[in-house]
Amino acid sequence: MPAPSEDVLLERKKLKVGVETVSNQQSTDFPGHWPGENHEWDLEYFKNSMRIEFHTEHASKLDLTFSLIGVDTSLANALRRILISEVPTLAIEDVFIYQNTSIIQDEVLAHRLGLVPLRGNRDAIRWLKWYQKDEDVPDHEPKSDENCVRLSLNMECRWKEGGLERAKQGVTDPDELYENHNVYARDFSFEPWERQTEKFGEDGVRSSHPDILVAKMRPGQHIELLMHAYKGIGQDHAKFSPVATATYRLLPTIDILRPIVGADAKKFARCFPKGVIKLDKVTPGDESAHPEECAGKEGEAKAVVDNPSMDTVSRECLRHPEFANKVKLGRMRDHFIFRVESTGQWDSDELFLESIRLLKVKAARIKRGLLKSAMNLA
Amino acid sequence: MSGYQPQTSQTADSSAIDIHSRAVSYTCGDCDGDVQLKRGEPIRCRNCGHRVLYKKRTNRMVQFEAR
Repeated sequence: MPAPSEDVLLERKKLKVGVETVSNQQSTDFPGHWPGENHEWDLEYFKNSMRIEFHTEHASKLDLTFSLIGVDTSLANALRRILISEVPTLAIEDVFIYQNTSIIQDEVLAHRLGLVPLRGNRDAIRWLKWYQKDEDVPDHEPKSDENCVRLSLNMECRWKEGGLERAKQGVTDPDELYENHNVYARDFSFEPWERQTEKFGEDGVRSSHPDILVAKMRPGQHIELLMHAYKGIGQDHAKFSPVATATYRLLPTIDILRPIVGADAKKFARCFPKGVIKLDKVTPGDESAHPEECAGKEGEAKAVVDNPSMDTVSRECLRHPEFANKVKLGRMRDHFIFRVESTGQWDSDELFLESIRLLKVKAARIKRGLLKSAMNLA
Repeated sequence: MSGYQPQTSQTADSSAIDIHSRAVSYTCGDCDGDVQLKRGEPIRCRNCGHRVLYKKRTNRMVQFEAR
């Protein structure tokens, strides 16, 4: 049986997007699907076909877009899920409230504090151990500098000098009347103990977003509390997740089957986000190749696909009868455009590498388990 | 989700102080000022004479889980 051509292989990789249907979703590159073809998993083949391309549309280290090309959905999805729920970070878990006379209730305040993203020295975070909360666990370790980070918050709202007089004159702007009326995440103070002072260094543990508003107060109100932050994973609670979100989408494809020219070309371009379709000129070659559409239209506008990765696959172009049978929409099944937004503890590229490391650890664990059960059977 | 952390040592301390001379601090319902009252004194703000006083929140620690 002849090996399939490049075009056939490409067509197999395309998910087809119709007006109301999506077809050809499932991957078929596994053994036994195509008669006479060998789709056994092969390391050399994987090494050659797998690619990663970084995109530079986001300047920040905490917001990364890249393409993972040539892998199966199962692998891309495993990495995404590990990013969200298994890469550890630090988050506030226990709050000890000594005084809280603000209008925000103790439990609500504690919950808000827990959601504040924290950051500290990377090596120190790696050095930290897990803290097992359940004290009934046999080898329960007590709280120590190795598993517990302490923070405190002590704020009291007061009238500013002359604030009372200004209030009587009708001033209502809180910034002019009160001191400390907004409690921000930057007001947390790190309370290092034992080895933490040198491990975490001068910056200590602080919020990666200092402007997070935790509570509002008025004169006479007072918040005094201690917080214990532990290392945890997103599986346990979303506050431990190192990413605001980690998502992927498949690369959209737009195939223009027959030329779209003239006013139609402009209308076609408007069916897509800016930058997806560009307007070219009809050439004499087009005229002879597609006389039906292009005859006598040399020099007029012609729609050409520019950057399909920016398309949202809104399928708007499929609604117009003039484009019927002229365009085919789809998505590349093995081209994943990842977007990783970090909450601040790790850079996004570090996070992706860490997710790969964790996946390897999981694979090794399964391998060990399989070997063990195979030995038991033998 | 939360529980009180009882402070057992405090009761021993307070019995040593004479109950009759210990002043408790309240907040006036009208002028918002601080009012120190001892046992047996009339319930009245020294500053404005208002008769409604509010008890303050104690400094007792309460533990919460941030979840």
